[in-house]
Amino acid sequence: MYTLSSKLKLTAIILVIVGAIGLVYGFISTPSNEEELKELLAADAHGEHGGEEHHEASATTEQHGETADVAHDESVEQHGETAHGEGEHGDSHMEHVLHQFQTKPWSALFVSAFFFFMIALGALVFYAIQYVAQAGWSPVLFRVIEGVTNYLLPGSIIVVLIVIFAGTHFYPWQNHELVEEDVILQGKSGYLNFPFFVIRAIIYLIGWNVYRFIATRNSIAQATASNLTPYKKNFKASVFFLLFFVITETTMAWDWFMSMTPHWYSTLFAWYVFASVFVSAITVIALVTMFLKKAGHLEFVNDSHLHDLAKFMFAFSVFWTYLWFGQFLLIWYANIPEEVTYFIIRIEEYNLLFFGMIALNFIFPILMLINSDYKRIPWFVIMAGVVILVGHYIDIFLLVMPSTVGPYWSFGITEIAGILFFLGLFIFFVGTGLGKESLYPKGNPFLKESENYHY
Amino acid sequence: MASKTIHAIYNDDDLLLHAVKQVREARYHIGEIYTPFPVHGLDKAVGEAPTRLAIASFLYGITGLSVAVLMMNFMMVQDWPQDIGGKPSFSFITNMPSFVPIMFELTVFFAAHLMVITFYMRSRLAPFKKAENPDPRTTDDMFLMEIDATNHNVEDLSKFLYDTGAAEIKLIDNK
Repeated sequence: MYTLSSKLKLTAIILVIVGAIGLVYGFISTPSNEEELKELLAADAHGEHGGEEHHEASATTEQHGETADVAHDESVEQHGETAHGEGEHGDSHMEHVLHQFQTKPWSALFVSAFFFFMIALGALVFYAIQYVAQAGWSPVLFRVIEGVTNYLLPGSIIVVLIVIFAGTHFYPWQNHELVEEDVILQGKSGYLNFPFFVIRAIIYLIGWNVYRFIATRNSIAQATASNLTPYKKNFKASVFFLLFFVITETTMAWDWFMSMTPHWYSTLFAWYVFASVFVSAITVIALVTMFLKKAGHLEFVNDSHLHDLAKFMFAFSVFWTYLWFGQFLLIWYANIPEEVTYFIIRIEEYNLLFFGMIALNFIFPILMLINSDYKRIPWFVIMAGVVILVGHYIDIFLLVMPSTVGPYWSFGITEIAGILFFLGLFIFFVGTGLGKESLYPKGNPFLKESENYHY
Repeated sequence: MASKTIHAIYNDDDLLLHAVKQVREARYHIGEIYTPFPVHGLDKAVGEAPTRLAIASFLYGITGLSVAVLMMNFMMVQDWPQDIGGKPSFSFITNMPSFVPIMFELTVFFAAHLMVITFYMRSRLAPFKKAENPDPRTTDDMFLMEIDATNHNVEDLSKFLYDTGAAEIKLIDNK
């Protein structure tokens, strides 16, 4: 029986409080009108970022120039300025920049909220897959995975609240004036309209949490059951959950991320988001397993289990890279203006993050985890795991920030506060989730095989 | 000098594994073991050094990657940098994404094929090679262990092997 130590609980609470203070500061310190924004920009221009500001300004102007011809510019889509008369350009530009500045704390909040939520969601999918595949190696880890998914309920509620209340900060198609002038958005309004958007979000929320509730209830019931009924129920529930998940994950990626740039679309986008979700979740499962093993709560987990988790981390890092590159290469190669805007802003304004992410999510894990012996060394896997998690935080950052705040991104107090807040929440809920039941998943029909698992 | 070997034939892989452990404990020298299929854990029981084929394969993969990079850098960027459909052949990095599929395939190609060839050379496998099988039944259902008997009492060794469960024990005189 594991109990969340008071020290860890205190750390989590401190993280939540510090994070909350930082987030409140982030929301308060955004400029509320154009005068404040001008002061802020002037202060920045005098500082060390002078050169950068100039570059950003010219990049934005360039994009505005293209808009007239192509009518697919992202920043225009977001800010309801379909026409740029030369005279009014200055005014509408400031309005647009102000909107991006006001979106910054929202985006920071959403990036961290989704990052920690997706770990819980991915862990749940991993759990369902282990059930459906009748895996013989993983049942010893089931209680650990159930513990990690304990964050799903609070995490998903927060994420759904953010996407519902973010409004035009994230989703330009929620701006009615803009839709009236935009034929493309009118064409999509059958899917991208607010009531349907909210209904979908609530369906995801309920579907995912109901499966989690059923699965953990059955798994606990199996420990005292005299037959395999709870296990069989879980098997069936997992099959249906996976079907449900594949569909809802796809629409979730369209709804919450792709519709931030509603003129742009990509067919493998949802799979790409899923790869990020899955590899981060497996990494966290491995980290939590190692933490609990070190603390002496998992005697029945051996280094072959660790080896398998590290193999999954390795394989899904490569899978993520494959999808990332599959999406990038096809768009880069064909270079169709309406598709390529997505990458132009990421390469011009987020260059280091965009390509640095490839090093963190691909090159580093592939070199660290390719050796069979290294996959059994806890500190090696922890090192690779931390790098993978940082990389996938950047991945989510790059899904959201370029589409919502454009060139005016920064990594400062608000972003860090977001991470701390949700990290604290995550530690608290995962810790209490792990403490609810014995970590030994008694009664599982594959438990014996799993305990003797040896690779 | 004439050497003697003993061929102990077993008809069960579990029996063989136990026998290998006993023979090694008794400090007899196992020459070779012939089995019809891979016996899980036999290499560890015999005390074989782990294979380094994977390391070789990794190095071959890096070789393949280098070949791909050098080849395409020379052909597409240095030798004749044509404008083909507007692709930016100004430097390797500007046109890199279009080279990646080839870089990947050549890495895999080199890693796989050179590793297989290494395997054939190290295990001395080739077409028209004369099979080195002491007993044809070991390709079907028998397990054969060769033990060096040159400096041992054949009588004692046979008795020992019989106790480990050998179905047949043969003395081979190499002249």
